[in-house]
Parts: sequence; structure tokens; C-alpha cells
Amino acid sequence: MNARVAGLRERSLAARPTISAERSLILTRFYQEHLGRHTTPVLRALAFRELCEHKTITIEPGELIVGERGPAPKVTPLFPELTCHSTDDLRILDSRPLTSYGVPDDVRQAYADVVIPYWRGRTLRDRIMEMLPREWHDAYEAGVFTEFMEQRAPGHTVADGKIYAKGMDGFAADVDAATAALDVAQDPLAGRRREELAAMRIAAAAAVRFAERHAELADAMAATEPDPVRREELVRIAEVCRRVPASAPRDFWEAIQMYWFCHLGVITELNGWDAYSPGHLDQHLEPFYRAGIADGTLTRERAKELLGCLFVKFNNHPAPPKVGVTAAESGTYTDFAGIDLAGVRRDGADGVGDVSYLLLEVIDELHLVQPSPNVQLSRVTPEHFLRETCKVVRKGYGYPALFNADGVVTQLLRKGKSVEDAREGGTSGCVETGAFGKEAYILTGYFNLPKILELTLNDGLDPRTRRQLGPRTGDPRAFGSYGELFAAWTAQLGHFVEIKVRGNALIERLYADAMPAPFLSLITSDCIAKGMDYNEGGARYNTSYIQGVGIGTVTDSLAAIRTAVFEERSAPMGDLLDALAGDFEGRDALRQRLVNRAPKWGNDDAAADGIMQDAFGAFVDAIDGRPNVRGGTYGVNMLPTTCHVYFGSMTGATPDGRHGGTPLSEGISPTQGADRLGPTAVLRSASRMDQARTCGTLLNMKVSPGIIEGDEGIAKLANLVRTYFRLGGHHIQFNVVSVKTLLAAQAHPDAHRGLIVRVAGYSDYFCDLSRELQDEIIARTEHEAV
Amino acid sequence: MAISQRAAPGATGLVFDVQRYSLHDGPGIRTTVFLKGCPLRCAWCHNPESMNAAPELRVFGSRCIRCEACRAACPLGGARPGEPPDPRVCLACGSCAGACPTRARELIGRATTVEALVDALAADSPFYDESGGGVTFSGGEPLRQWRFLVRALEAARARGYHVAVDTSGYAAERTIVRVAEAADLFLYDLKVMDPARHRRFTGVGLEPILRNLRTLDERGANVWIRLPLVPGHNDDTANLQAVGRFVAGLRRTRRVHVLPYHRLASAKYERLGLVNPMVEIPSPAAADIDRAVAVLVSYGLDVHVGG
Repeated sequence: MNARVAGLRERSLAARPTISAERSLILTRFYQEHLGRHTTPVLRALAFRELCEHKTITIEPGELIVGERGPAPKVTPLFPELTCHSTDDLRILDSRPLTSYGVPDDVRQAYADVVIPYWRGRTLRDRIMEMLPREWHDAYEAGVFTEFMEQRAPGHTVADGKIYAKGMDGFAADVDAATAALDVAQDPLAGRRREELAAMRIAAAAAVRFAERHAELADAMAATEPDPVRREELVRIAEVCRRVPASAPRDFWEAIQMYWFCHLGVITELNGWDAYSPGHLDQHLEPFYRAGIADGTLTRERAKELLGCLFVKFNNHPAPPKVGVTAAESGTYTDFAGIDLAGVRRDGADGVGDVSYLLLEVIDELHLVQPSPNVQLSRVTPEHFLRETCKVVRKGYGYPALFNADGVVTQLLRKGKSVEDAREGGTSGCVETGAFGKEAYILTGYFNLPKILELTLNDGLDPRTRRQLGPRTGDPRAFGSYGELFAAWTAQLGHFVEIKVRGNALIERLYADAMPAPFLSLITSDCIAKGMDYNEGGARYNTSYIQGVGIGTVTDSLAAIRTAVFEERSAPMGDLLDALAGDFEGRDALRQRLVNRAPKWGNDDAAADGIMQDAFGAFVDAIDGRPNVRGGTYGVNMLPTTCHVYFGSMTGATPDGRHGGTPLSEGISPTQGADRLGPTAVLRSASRMDQARTCGTLLNMKVSPGIIEGDEGIAKLANLVRTYFRLGGHHIQFNVVSVKTLLAAQAHPDAHRGLIVRVAGYSDYFCDLSRELQDEIIARTEHEAV
Repeated sequence: MAISQRAAPGATGLVFDVQRYSLHDGPGIRTTVFLKGCPLRCAWCHNPESMNAAPELRVFGSRCIRCEACRAACPLGGARPGEPPDPRVCLACGSCAGACPTRARELIGRATTVEALVDALAADSPFYDESGGGVTFSGGEPLRQWRFLVRALEAARARGYHVAVDTSGYAAERTIVRVAEAADLFLYDLKVMDPARHRRFTGVGLEPILRNLRTLDERGANVWIRLPLVPGHNDDTANLQAVGRFVAGLRRTRRVHVLPYHRLASAKYERLGLVNPMVEIPSPAAADIDRAVAVLVSYGLDVHVGG
């Protein structure tokens, strides 16, 4: 990267994430004056306009791409209309050791004096919590599921190509046309639609005004800028900001700035999960790149520099913190804005172009935690691009993640998308599939599958809270077969899915009524045509997702019960339940037997994999295809982010030998340490999950640096990925084993039994080596680390 | 046992491991089948569990929780928790391994039918397809169970897998000729080129090994030479030159893999209750590996480091 990008990157990394009260104060003042004077969509649009007009703006030294959500880089605003932080929250955020946020005194003061007094009891979160029934709260508090929208607005959404072809002028014209076409006499919802369209019109103008303010600032700065080179840049910035987002971008620079203004619009209007994502940025920028190179107005280096400037922008935006934070909660600054490289085009052709390679270089050189880059690997993706990707993977950043582009299309087709919309889609957030620019796919919460088993084994009683949460499905001591146990588990599962789905219906309806997002609606097809908000079902496709967590733990636990209790009869059910109740205290031999002598998912073992298929199938059957309140249906993802740790803390000992309180299995990875036959066996087991029935799964795999050495190592890593995708896998992400991992394996061998180390033709399980040899490998890994 | 009940010769083999995702035993992603039993006793052997042509008990001391289940299960009462087997009392019956809750005890070497083996090999066939990989038979010395080996090679080939044989070459000439008919590739060890030293370090003569290599080469077999590089044993220039000279004199074999010795195997000896004869030998330094490569390259050979 050049000096400019290096400097911006350095400053971004050095700045401490800090909280600003500016947005909260503007919003509070606005609501005090305007609440009750407008319909809700118009009120929200005017609030957005107020922010665009009055929030502090900045152009930082050396920047080419401009605009921040907060008043300065790394400064995040809060969204009191959704959730209002307490003074305790602010104190803890400032002082907690991990992912802390600086909270200046004036913020604390503003919250105590103005923001909290106005918003307490009026936030959307307050209304959600008030509205949800007792049974929902009980399950939520027991750790059966979480709810995304109690903290942030529906989001997880991604831009498609239309913002590169049409400016706000074009969107506004579409809004006007849709408004003119309303038939008040025939359409009972016409009045409502008109208000929504009026709101979009206001939002479009507000976004243009926001850019215009940057143009004015750039002009003012240029007037006093002593350095002629920078002065030129500022003049150009002003020109770019007058062009976009008002009109369609004309060149590479304007295209990037266009995206960034749209991004800022979406994340200023509301605090949607996962911010907003550029999606297929390589495909969108390619025409601008080619034209610029062809007419000599752009060089490869300049293009790379502009992309570097954009990447730093993402890194400048830590995720706004949650409310109700605890000192122990680490969370993450990452807001999961995703860039999807490669993939396929609308007509199914390979999506790789010059900008794809350019982006790979930027990803490698900047290696920031944000944005989150991934590669959508299709059958038509050139092998060369995959290998170049694997070379970046080898660096050990943990990304780019790899996705099966053809599998994503299959998933989207299954959920009713047209083939063109499916190809223009991809994945966002962690692994979730969506039709970019045309779908509101809302993640509604994680679902704790092992907790369901714990409840089943206790006849619906939660041992932690001693509350009867689930139906009485029978005392397992009386079960005569594994089939009875599994039927009881399925019944408990259905009960809690029902509670979750009913809760979602209320929450999604509340967002539709109280928290429309007119700016996001403007750039999401077909909100304008339908005259309907993104949060109400205005998008072409409207999906709700529930995320299953702990499939490895629940599979291994069911397998252990079937083996030990019903097949070998080596441990009576009562005995097992007592051992679980006592967290295996004094029962180490039983625990070891459950850990080591029962089938485990991740070993290409038909018995264990069959149980996974049953459990997964029951989960999908309970959820997939159910209608939501936005005119779409439900789907499942199999991913935990970090929720397997929280769920683990809420779940007692499990029959797979896991101690109570410890993390559950992660994503669709096997239980930590359970896979003993290497990566191909893991991939075979994982591919026995019918991933086409999901809307995204997450598989993490550890690889030791030794096995990906040289061109041959890269080729074999590429082979591994291709084969997994041929088998139907959705996503794989490699963590190159670090010295830290090896040290952890040395300290906790049980959690790392499957960790293989390879040196020149010989391999062994790390945990089985002598201390001396382990130390030698650690030293070697230190040496090999890139 | 009545003769009629005995399986046909070679219907089963003594297999001690089937290792998936093998990256260093031939092209692509492979599954390596380890056949138990070896006529050689190489001083640097890194597969000590492969030597004995009979089932053996292996003990992972670090996994033991001292629950005494092994002692209780042992028909002779001689199993000791966490300790390697005592060859004087251990029958290698596997009773203790079946009882051990932590899998600290493992019986290695089991009679495996060709059918069962080939079914196991099928598990990774999509990975072979994608990577140009296949199956490698190693050991031990796989030629020692040549009847089984030929059947297994033919059965694997019938499923379309690329099949390789990793061998010391120490066998009767007609054996290796028969195996060559069923194999796509040989990974062929050349260790020490001085006959006396060869006998001292491996326990067997060199002559049949060189003869068989010439035979394979002349018959057009696809052969990759493997040279384990063991400091102080075979890394001297004279030996390297002798290897280079010999291979350069072959008709079509040109590819040589230098395999740097590594001490990782010492843990394996401990698990079997064996003394590692090579504990004090260091791994070769990078400069020594480079030097060995340079010597071999000077004979016009296609030299690779590692499997």
C-alpha cells in the first residue's frame, strides 16, 4: 500500500473506539419537537434529514473517500430510539478490558441530563420487551434463544448494482412515478403507500444534502490548503460529492464514493445489524475500472489507492455497542460489512475480473478486521483466482472465507428467487445467503439446540433456573428406546420454535409500524414500486432466519446416549442423568467413556452423521417455509458467531462429556477435539448435512502452516475447498494454526485432540506428542509464521 | 481349524492404519494404507509400530486417567495403567484396549479384508478426483504381504483410484514384477549405497533392492526415488553421489524426493515400550538439505524436498 493508505490505516488502527452523543441529542431534540406532527415514515425521514443536515462532518488529512457516521473516525453514535444506554452501560463500556469504548464526560452528562430522561420507556426495545409474553421471556432468559432485534434494527443487507447506474435523482423520479400511479379509490393502502413514498423522497434529498455539505467543506478546505497537490484533491473531492449520490457515478472514484454515501445513509438512518455491505464490489466497479484504464484517466495504482481508502473507512466504523452490557462480555468491534469477490454474473458467467485481483491485493496488504472479505467460488471460477485466494488465506488472517457460489444459487432458488436474482446474490453477515439489493433477510436470533436436549432430559424443567419451561415430555428413565428420546427432543424443539416464531411476528410487525427505514427502502427493490418500507415487506423477497447453534454438541450427545444407554447398556439413563446433574464430579471414567467411546460427528462415521441428519432435519422441518409477517418465509442458518460461548454458559453438562458452562460446538464444525481423522473426514461429515436446505452454514477448519507450504500446499488447499463444495458445502474458513493455538492445545489437550501437525511426510496428533516435541513444533511454527 | 475354512491367500492383510488426507505419499490428496510387518530394521525408522508382523498394543500414557479398567480387563492381569505393554506378559489380545475409557490403549494391526479396505478407501474418493490423488500402500514393507497387496491394488484400481506402493524394494524379483502390474507408481527408497553400511543400518542386503529397482525401471514402471536424509548415517557426499549416479544410470527414473529425518517418531517408540535407537540424532539443518539437493541435481535429477 502507498504512503497515503498506510497513514490512513495507521491512524484508523490507533484511534480508540469512542462514543458520541451527537446523534442522540439531535434525535432527542427532533423528536421533542416533531413527534405527533407527521406520519411515522415521514417522521423517520425527517429525522434522517435532520441528521444529514446537522451532524458534524469531517474530511481527514489525506482522505480521498469521505464521510463518517460519527463526528470523527472510530467515533460511533448511538440510537436511542432503538435502545437507550444507561449511565451504567456507558460506565462499563468505558472501563471493561475487552472491546471497550471511550465515553467522554460530556456524553455521560448528555445522557444523564437529556437523552435518558426522554427515551427511557419509549425506546423500541422497551416496547418489544413489554409486548412479548411471559413464556418468551422465560425461554430467552434461560438461554434457549436470543433475539437480534432487541438490540439493533433488521439489517444484514447488501447493495446490488443499481446504485452505480442510478443516482438519487433517478430514485426520486421512480418515487414520483410510483406516487402518481397510486389509486386512492381502489387501493385501501394507497394513503399509507403515499406516506412511505413521501418519506423516501425526503430521504433521497437528505442524502444528497449530506454529500453537498462535504463538497462545501472540501471547497472551504481547498481555499486555505497550502499544498497544491492536496488542494487539487480537495477540489476533486468537492466535485465527486456534488456528483454522487445525486446522480449516477461516472468513474471509479465516484463509484466508490457513491457506495460509501449509500453505506453511510443506511447506517445513519438506523442501526441495522451488520451495517451495510458492498457485496459484489469487484463486478460493480469493473466497468468503471476498465473505462478509466482505457481512456487513461485511471491507473492500477490509483484504483488500488482508492480501494485502500474505502477499506479504511470500514475500519473507522466500530459496531455501535449493545445495551445491558456486562464487564465480562467481550463482543466485537466488527460490523460484518462484507465484500463478495468472484462469484457469478447475472447470466451465470464467471465474475472474476481485474478488480477482483486488485481487491485481493488490498485485502492482503491492509489486512484489517473490517470489511470482511470473502470469495464466492463457483465451478466457473478460474483455478488461478482460487490459488491466489489460498495464498492470502495462508497468511493466517482468518479470511477471505470461501463460499460455494453455485450452492448459494441453489439455496436462493429453493427459497423462491429468480435465477438472475439468485446469481446477483451472495452471502453477507457471517454466511447468510440473500438476493442482494432485493431482499430483506432478517436474522432473528440464535437457537440453542443442546439446551433443548437438556430440557428434554429433565422433562421440560430447566435445571439452572428450576423453572418448568417446556412441556412434560416424560421422564427419560422410563424411555424404552432411543426413538422415544428423540421424539421427546423433537417435541421440545417444536415448542420453543413456536415461542420464538410468535415473538418474531410481534417484533417484525412493530418494526414495520414504528421504525421504517425510508433510505434503505429507496435502494432496495421493490420498495418504491410497492410503496412499502423495507421493514414492512417492501423488498422483492422477505425472509426470516433462525440460527441453529450446537449441532455438534447435540449430535454427539444423542449419539452418546444411544450408544451408552440403549445399545451397549453400559450406563443406565438414571446413572447418566445423575452424572450430568453433578457435572461429572467423581465420574471421570464415565465421562471419558462418553467422550472417547461413543460415535462423534466429524469422523465420517455413519452412525454419528445419521444422528446429525435427524437432528438437523427436525430443526429445518420445524422452521423452514413457515410464513413470516412480511409476506415471506422462514429459513435456517447454522452459525453461532460467538453465541456458542454464551449458550454454553447457560447449558449444563451434556451427554457427550462436555462440562456444564463450557462452550458448545461452533457452527457446523465438529465438537472441539472430537474429530480425529483429519480434514477430509470432517468435510465428509459436514457435507452429510443437506446444506441446500439451509440459508447458510459455517465451518471453521484449522490447518497447520506445514501442510500449506509451497505451491503444492496451495494446490492441495484449493483441492480441499473444491471437493467440499462439490459435496454440497456452503462455506469454509481456514484458521492457520498459530503458536497461540498450539500453546492452548498443550494446556488443554482434551479440547484439541484432533489437531494434526505435519512435518515432512510424517504427521501426528499434537496432543499425543511428548512435551519436548510439542515445544519443538511450537518453535518451528513460530519460525514458519508469515 | 479345517483347511476349507481358511480364507484364500491374500484375502486379508494385516493393516495397522489407514491415514486419510495424506499429502506426502505421492501426487494429490491420498489415503495411505499402512501394512504391518517389515523385514528391515532401519536405525531411523519413524514407523516402529510397523516392524512387527503381528498385532501389538500401543499405549498413549498422556491419555491415561489411572482408572484401572485395563488391569481389570487383562486376562493375565498384567496391564499397567499408562505404561507401555510388557512384552513378556502381553498377548496383544486387545482386551484392555476395549475397556479403556480414554482410548489410551490401542490394538494396532488388524486383519482386514480387501473388500473392507476398499470400502474405507472410497470415503475420500471425491478428494482423489479433485486433486489427482489416490491411494498409497505403505508399511512396514507392503511387498511382504504381496498377495494381499496385489488384490487390494487391483480392487482399488477397479474403482478408478490411482494406486502407489511405498516400498524399500526388499523382495523377490518376481514379487515386485507381479506388484508392478497392478500399481501406477512406486515410491522407492534408496537409503545407503554402500552394501556393508546398508546391512549395518537396515539389517538387510542392498543387492536385491538395486536389482529390483533396475527391473522396475527397465519394465517401464513409474518410480519416484525417496531418500531419507539421516545426519551422520547417509548424508555424506559419497553416499549422495552414489545415489545420484545410480539413479542417473537408470533408463527413465529421474524423480528423487529427499525426506529430512525428523525426531517426531520418538513418541511412537515410547508408546510401544521400545527404545528409540535414534533419540540423539538431530534433524538435518537446512544447509545440509540444500547440499544434498545440490549433489543430486548435479546428476540431472528432478529433486524434491519432502514427500
